[in-house]
Amino acid sequence: MKRREILDPHGKLLDGQCPTLDIEQTVEALERMLLSKHVDERAFSLQRQGRMGTYSAVRGQEASVIGSCLALDPARDWIVPQYRELPALLRHGVTIEGFLSYWKGNSIAGRIPEGVKVLPPQIGLAAQLPHAVGLAWGLKLQNDPGVVMTFIGDGGSSEGDFHEALNLAGVMKAPVVFVLQNNGWAISTPRSKQTAAESFAARGPGYGVPSILVDGNDLFAVHQAAAEAVDRAQSGGGPTLIETQTYRLGAHNTADDPTKYVDTEEKLTWEELDPIPRVISYLKQQGAITDDAVADIEARNRAEVDRAVEALDEVGPPPAESLFQHVYSQMDPRLCRQRDDILKGADR
Amino acid sequence: MTVMTMIEAIRSTIRQEMLRDDKVMVLGQDVGKLGGVFRATEGLQAEFGEHRIVDMPLAEASIVGSAIGLSLSGMNPIAEIQFLGFTQQAYHQIVPQLARFRYRSQGRYATPVTIRAPFGGGVRAPELHSDAIESQFTNVPGLRVVMPSTPAEAKGLLTTAVRGEDPVLFCEPLKGYRLVKGEVPDDDYAIPFGELRVAREGTDVTLFAWSAAVQLAEKAADRLAEQGVSAQVVDLRTLVPLDVDGIRDAVAGTGRAVVVHEAPLTSGFGAEVVSTIQEEAFFSLEAPVARVAAPDVPYPNIGIEETFLPQVDRVVAAALKAVNTR
Ligand SMILES: Cc1ncc(C[n+]2csc(CCOP(=O)(O)OP(=O)(O)O)c2C)c(N)n1
Repeated sequence: MKRREILDPHGKLLDGQCPTLDIEQTVEALERMLLSKHVDERAFSLQRQGRMGTYSAVRGQEASVIGSCLALDPARDWIVPQYRELPALLRHGVTIEGFLSYWKGNSIAGRIPEGVKVLPPQIGLAAQLPHAVGLAWGLKLQNDPGVVMTFIGDGGSSEGDFHEALNLAGVMKAPVVFVLQNNGWAISTPRSKQTAAESFAARGPGYGVPSILVDGNDLFAVHQAAAEAVDRAQSGGGPTLIETQTYRLGAHNTADDPTKYVDTEEKLTWEELDPIPRVISYLKQQGAITDDAVADIEARNRAEVDRAVEALDEVGPPPAESLFQHVYSQMDPRLCRQRDDILKGADR
Repeated sequence: MTVMTMIEAIRSTIRQEMLRDDKVMVLGQDVGKLGGVFRATEGLQAEFGEHRIVDMPLAEASIVGSAIGLSLSGMNPIAEIQFLGFTQQAYHQIVPQLARFRYRSQGRYATPVTIRAPFGGGVRAPELHSDAIESQFTNVPGLRVVMPSTPAEAKGLLTTAVRGEDPVLFCEPLKGYRLVKGEVPDDDYAIPFGELRVAREGTDVTLFAWSAAVQLAEKAADRLAEQGVSAQVVDLRTLVPLDVDGIRDAVAGTGRAVVVHEAPLTSGFGAEVVSTIQEEAFFSLEAPVARVAAPDVPYPNIGIEETFLPQVDRVVAAALKAVNTR
């Protein structure tokens, strides 16, 4: 399968290629990419200071996540995430402090806001994929024009749920877009140990699902693929699998130590392919942005993250009572008694 | 009232709910033209179309997983798993996903999926088809575990399951599908969860059971009556939620209890019932509470399943022992 590329690593358009994002949209994408990077840095330091729990950074995968989600209409379409897609969720209406509150340990503050078409983060790898298919299928049954975009990693794609979900999506022609972020790693397990297939995208046709392989660090290639997939879904053409070939530049999460397994040479190669400088140099070549403008964006982002972190610091642990809420639509007497016992701090 | 078999009651309830609410749909293996391997959906695809009675690829996790997504989209799915034993292939979608979607989203999303699955022995089924694995699901907060024993219970409980806001594992007794006939109310009939049913009044000993074991307990009660012992038979109907007050009241009335189930003894749901009796009705007890269950061995091949399954004799013996304890 040929890999789609539009922007070369130096931010030059490849011969005959034309981006699907105009200058204004590209600047917006850059703002989101820089914001994501900034949140990553702050979240890591918050975790180190004990002000937050585990966090998985997006660093290195910004083009993959943002290029994908820019093809969605937040008012119409759904995102069914894994856990490494913060900038896509922000665009859909999740707040930074809301997202971080979940990882801080307060699911009430982390609740997905009403009306925001996003499901909660998924920890059971690949379990979200059949949900995405069912959701998309249900929208179709009810003549809702929405499309569902779901994310999965190279590692998670070895789970049975990935294969069952692709298979079902093909059969039902569900309006769903699977974005498989191949970031080279599943914690310490390299991509080569997940599959003997030549690419992850190569699996799609086996399920009757059209597949696209893209340079995942190329904002334009990702966006073009995602836009095509969303179009297909919207026009009744069913699902698409997109493999974005990218690289996790940081640790798996705040608990990980990549020095134990990452090959420094390989990492250096990928650092040269960083998606953010690529977009900046493209915009500079277009005369659309200056270093000062980038600095302005960074300053605005910093202020925004400062505000979010202040809000996050206000978030304490959830009230004890909440332990018992939302297990069922209504609490049965047995659970009520357990609640009363625990809240009284005494056994009956 | 109409006299029906259990499977007829289930079919007519599904139909009634599909007529009531066009969001109700069925997905499962072979549920379409065939009407399901037990004909629970016979004729329904012809009536409601392929979009509402859906033949699924042979993959249980994607049946439950996509039912979760369908419910999130606003549909009201009834997922049929051909046999309870094959919920194992969907366990990771039922337990950590379906059961806790409301909780982990803090009430932002509900997943009111009903999973129907037949189980239970004595029907000479191949391996893995009969296993009573209900207790693997009763230790799962967020899930309702429902165990109808008669056609009327099936209607009342299935109606509640489909109309409710919580995910339900609805376990149907294979043996009772065609064997057990009974009067079923013609009108709307919903039985609230968490209310046990006294299937037979009695004063000397209470036999607790659910699903097909209720008929077993009733047969035992007949035999006990011949010997002058008045046995009360209690059908728990829902294991989660459990009718704790009802259990206490029943034991308070007789002072003696036997719990009967088809699952192996250790960590079977009987253990939960006995603990509950001990906590709630200890001072009413005149004798130790007994359990009559399958032994702690895998469900065997059909040549020997009668030896594995609890039989009337064992229930009668346990009840007599309780009654004769002074
Ligand atoms: C079903 C399941 N198995 C194992 C884990 C533990 N785990 C968490 S993340 C991870 C690696 C995931 O790698 P990948 O799918 O490539 O996504 P990435 O983290 O690289 O974005 C593992 C093994 C899990 N969360 N869920």
